[in-house]
Amino acid sequence: MSSPSTPTVTAPRKQAGRNGVQRPGDRLFSGAARGSGLLILVILAGVAIFLITEAWPAITAPADAIPGGEGLAAYVAPLVFGTVLAATIALVVATPLAIAIALFITHYAPKRMAQGLGYLVDLLAAVPSIIYGLWGFQVVAPASVPVARWLEENLGFIPLFAGPTSSTGRTMLVAGVVLAIMILPIISAVCREVFIQTPRLNQEAALALGATRWEMIRMTVLPFGRSGIISAAMLGLGRALGETMAVAIVLSVSGGITLNLIGSGNPSTIAANIALQFPESSGIAVNTLIASGLVLFVITLAVNMSARWIVKRANRSGDGR
Amino acid sequence: MAKRIDVKDLNIYYGDFLAVEDISMTIEPRSVTALIGPSGCGKSTFLRSLNRMHEVVPGGRVEGSVAVDGQDLYDRGVDPVDVRRQIGMVFQRPNPFPTMSIYDNVVAGVRLSGTRMKRSELDDVVERSLQGANLWNEVKDRLTKPGAGLSGGQQQRLCIARAIAVEPQVLLMDEPCSALDPISTLAIEDLIANLKQEYTIVIVTHNMQQAARVSDFTGFFNIAGTGKPGKLIEMDDTAKIFSTPSVKATEDYISGRFG
Repeated sequence: MSSPSTPTVTAPRKQAGRNGVQRPGDRLFSGAARGSGLLILVILAGVAIFLITEAWPAITAPADAIPGGEGLAAYVAPLVFGTVLAATIALVVATPLAIAIALFITHYAPKRMAQGLGYLVDLLAAVPSIIYGLWGFQVVAPASVPVARWLEENLGFIPLFAGPTSSTGRTMLVAGVVLAIMILPIISAVCREVFIQTPRLNQEAALALGATRWEMIRMTVLPFGRSGIISAAMLGLGRALGETMAVAIVLSVSGGITLNLIGSGNPSTIAANIALQFPESSGIAVNTLIASGLVLFVITLAVNMSARWIVKRANRSGDGR
Repeated sequence: MAKRIDVKDLNIYYGDFLAVEDISMTIEPRSVTALIGPSGCGKSTFLRSLNRMHEVVPGGRVEGSVAVDGQDLYDRGVDPVDVRRQIGMVFQRPNPFPTMSIYDNVVAGVRLSGTRMKRSELDDVVERSLQGANLWNEVKDRLTKPGAGLSGGQQQRLCIARAIAVEPQVLLMDEPCSALDPISTLAIEDLIANLKQEYTIVIVTHNMQQAARVSDFTGFFNIAGTGKPGKLIEMDDTAKIFSTPSVKATEDYISGRFG
């Protein structure tokens, strides 16, 4: 409208194409947005290409050239196992706790307290992972020893707690718990945002039917937030899978695949292993580490994609929207 | 099943703000009582105080008494959850639970009450309630489909079915037709006429023709100005309120001179 000479003012419909009139501002903005979107893809592709080219020598190398001397698969397998195990423990511990925290903040705590508490939880996310690592090493690990002893004595028939208990406490269980604390803020923050969005009308409908507060939450808040909870958990899982420093410091690494969570022989995780080995590696060993990094990349990608798939499916079957 | 409600000297607050002042009225069983008045005069607030939904809002509280067949709802030791199980409510906008099927929506309240029921008994409840809400014929072939997939009018009748499934003593309706088209409104009004055989019904409405059509008694609420509390101006037989009201303000409001 600002340029009076254009005939579009009198006959806009004939002039406009399928997308209507193109104004410079629109074009600029859509270009910038599209460029930013593409940039993500370029970066992702760049990382993937780097990983594959650098990992290739290790993938094609003879088995005895790989550190450990038994080939790449044998080298990576315990690391993958350790990574997945630590992240799973973290997720199993953190998700229910995070949901409970989010529910408390959104539906139970008095308003003023809720704000402060939410702020505190967010603050937890700002603590650097090296701090968590040091804290886990210095405080959680020693404190875990009596707990692990008790687990061994009373629940020792479960392979997870078979023992013998590590005397330092630098076990897979402690690594998982420290990871859980690290991913707690992100999961509970996302859950909190989702729970707050629950339509007030639905909550009142449940209350008016004579639901207690917990029944109301079960009828409305949790079903409404289900896909959000899954996304939140997957975000946390992604972080737990890739976490490096805390695991590198806490976990005492020796040995391969074991389900024993409280023993002294634990598999390392991919990220922690790279951090610990990289400075002293050269030649094919570096390629091997990068190959393990490629595996981590694939795992995280798979986790994220399956999470999207789950969320999509949950949404489709859940409600008619 | 239907019960009489006696409201005495009821003041309703949001925090320190007095929203509704000094209401006393009697609501007769097996009848429809309509509450009319301009926006913000406290009709809905008053309605919500009848099943203690008012206190769901932070800071919401009341003084005075609301007695259902002599039992004061606000007595110490009365659980609001029990009150709401006996006094059902239908809201302004249809609010079926979006994640539940039609069937599960209807039995949601029944399942809450904790009585273990066999599948066949639940089926009976669903059919009876949907029949009662005039919805059975439209949805009987798709009970497992989400309730959110129905039209607005059907959703509102689903909410009514959900409310009557627990066989409440009183049914409160907060502008149940304000989000509906005229055809759906007519269906709900017919339904109200049927329901009053069994239930005590209190309905808040902005539509005065509706109040005149469906109700036996009408209460007129008004407000002196912004920030002032809402009050009950007069309450009488619907026929009398709409023909010869005893207060000038009521006549002005009904004849469309304000509001």
